[in-house]
Amino acid sequence: MEVEEAVAQSVAGSDPVREDSFGGPLLVVSAAKIVDVLRFLRDDPAHRYEMLIDLTAIDRRVDLGVFEIVYVLRSLEHNTRLTVKVRSDGGDPVVPSATGLWACANWAEREVWDLFGVRFDGHPDLRRILMYEEFEGHPLRKDYPVDRRQPLVEERDPIRDPWPSRDGL
Amino acid sequence: MAGTTSTHGAGADPTAEIMELQMGPSHPATHGTIKFNLKLDGETIVGCDTEIGYLHRGFEKMCEQGTWNQCIPYTDRLNYASPLINNFIFVEGVEQMLGVQVPERCSYIRVMLSEVSRIADHLTCLGMASAELGAQTVAFYMVQARETLYNLTQHATGARVTVSYGRVGGLTRDLPDDFEDHVRVAMLSVREHVGNCQKLLERNRIFLDRMIGIGVIDRESALGLGLTGPMLRGTGVKRDVRKDEPYMFYDRMEFDVPVGTKGDNFDRFAVRLDEIDQSMRIIEQCLAQMEDGPVCVDDPTIVLPQKKEVYESIEGLMAQFKLVIEGIKVPAGELYVAGEGANGELGFYLVSDGSGRPFRVRVRPPCFYGMGAVAQLVCGHTVADLVAIFGMVNMIGGECDR
Repeated sequence: MEVEEAVAQSVAGSDPVREDSFGGPLLVVSAAKIVDVLRFLRDDPAHRYEMLIDLTAIDRRVDLGVFEIVYVLRSLEHNTRLTVKVRSDGGDPVVPSATGLWACANWAEREVWDLFGVRFDGHPDLRRILMYEEFEGHPLRKDYPVDRRQPLVEERDPIRDPWPSRDGL
Repeated sequence: MAGTTSTHGAGADPTAEIMELQMGPSHPATHGTIKFNLKLDGETIVGCDTEIGYLHRGFEKMCEQGTWNQCIPYTDRLNYASPLINNFIFVEGVEQMLGVQVPERCSYIRVMLSEVSRIADHLTCLGMASAELGAQTVAFYMVQARETLYNLTQHATGARVTVSYGRVGGLTRDLPDDFEDHVRVAMLSVREHVGNCQKLLERNRIFLDRMIGIGVIDRESALGLGLTGPMLRGTGVKRDVRKDEPYMFYDRMEFDVPVGTKGDNFDRFAVRLDEIDQSMRIIEQCLAQMEDGPVCVDDPTIVLPQKKEVYESIEGLMAQFKLVIEGIKVPAGELYVAGEGANGELGFYLVSDGSGRPFRVRVRPPCFYGMGAVAQLVCGHTVADLVAIFGMVNMIGGECDR
């Protein structure tokens, strides 16, 4: 059974569509069901995509009017690779968080929030990771000019006024 | 910069106090680009928040500004300990999108130089990590061996670090005639120095006590944290992109994938050391199998023409102008391409809209995920162990922060 049929049968309302590109399998599913789809793909013995290799986003507002969130999955057992994608609203993109499935989604989602401004619902600690807290805008959006200047921010005393910090556990 | 704050109120038991310690970014062991916000109970770490981003230069944004070939110099500056691997995996991805097959000699050169880079990267990691544990001599030996590899790289590419040697559809130039002799000299030097380092470390009580049983991670957690490369293989998972999804000519090479058993610092150390041997095996096989021939595809829409043609024919001149100004026309679509970088799976997610410029270039940096795992690895250990654990992650700032 092809992966889109298996996903359609097991996760109701996920609306999987195959959009293979350059021979690589690519599955587009509905954003609301992404966590269920990923959990199915991770745990189903016929698929066993036990690694989330990468999570990123593409700003396609210029042609499709959406943000695309891309999950690159990897099965060690079957030695296969699968890209899963969701399309999220171009105005205020929100996608359910995959941190409950893979610990590495934590940092990856923080990076997508930082650089694209895509919020992940249910993320335990969604703050910027590569940029600093006072940074204005999300630099990998296509409408962020490459030569834009940022305002000068005051130096923060890290002892008296530390960053909001988690234990990272 | 290190600062402390105490969280206890007046009259509280000072031994029960949790102390906050900010370690880095200007700390010799954090390479100037990482800050650890630690919570300490005595000397034991009970919480760690890792801050990265101090070396962020907007690699992905810059790649969208130029043509596909103009991304190559940026990829040099990702993992600057093994820039050739970044070069080659990136151009392999663009070539897959174009559907071109590079000549055999080109693939052999790519495999061979990737392995030279891998050895240089492992030597950097092991040498620096040992120096941080006090084994300064080991660092000097390893840097000396690495120097011969940098000279080798320079002999082939003209540069030691910022090589920009790969091109979409081939290489900038063929290897010099006497390259094989230089490789043999460099390999002798690496063998000698690595052998000396093994003698210094492998029965050294101080070193072993700081490596064995420190920073242990099991298979399941390693998979969940997205670890790849030596960090994953240290836990016993036999996963190597070169073996599992052979690219270039890795399917023609015989080599083993060393794995560890416990997933501690020492396993990560031993895996890297064994991989140096395996890389040397691959280099020997490349030299034996490689034959003369072209190193670039014969397609004027992809590869720049010879200078003689540019100066003497109108077709050559036009091809040059179109490639430089408009760039290579990569068909629209997207592709995730992966290869085995020195510290894990290095991937590029490439999106093309059919124009001559990349729509999006995403790099999957292996040590970004490695750094994400540090918080879990260090908890329960002492501050001094953090240095050893961090050293074995092999964080390369240019790649982690991009």
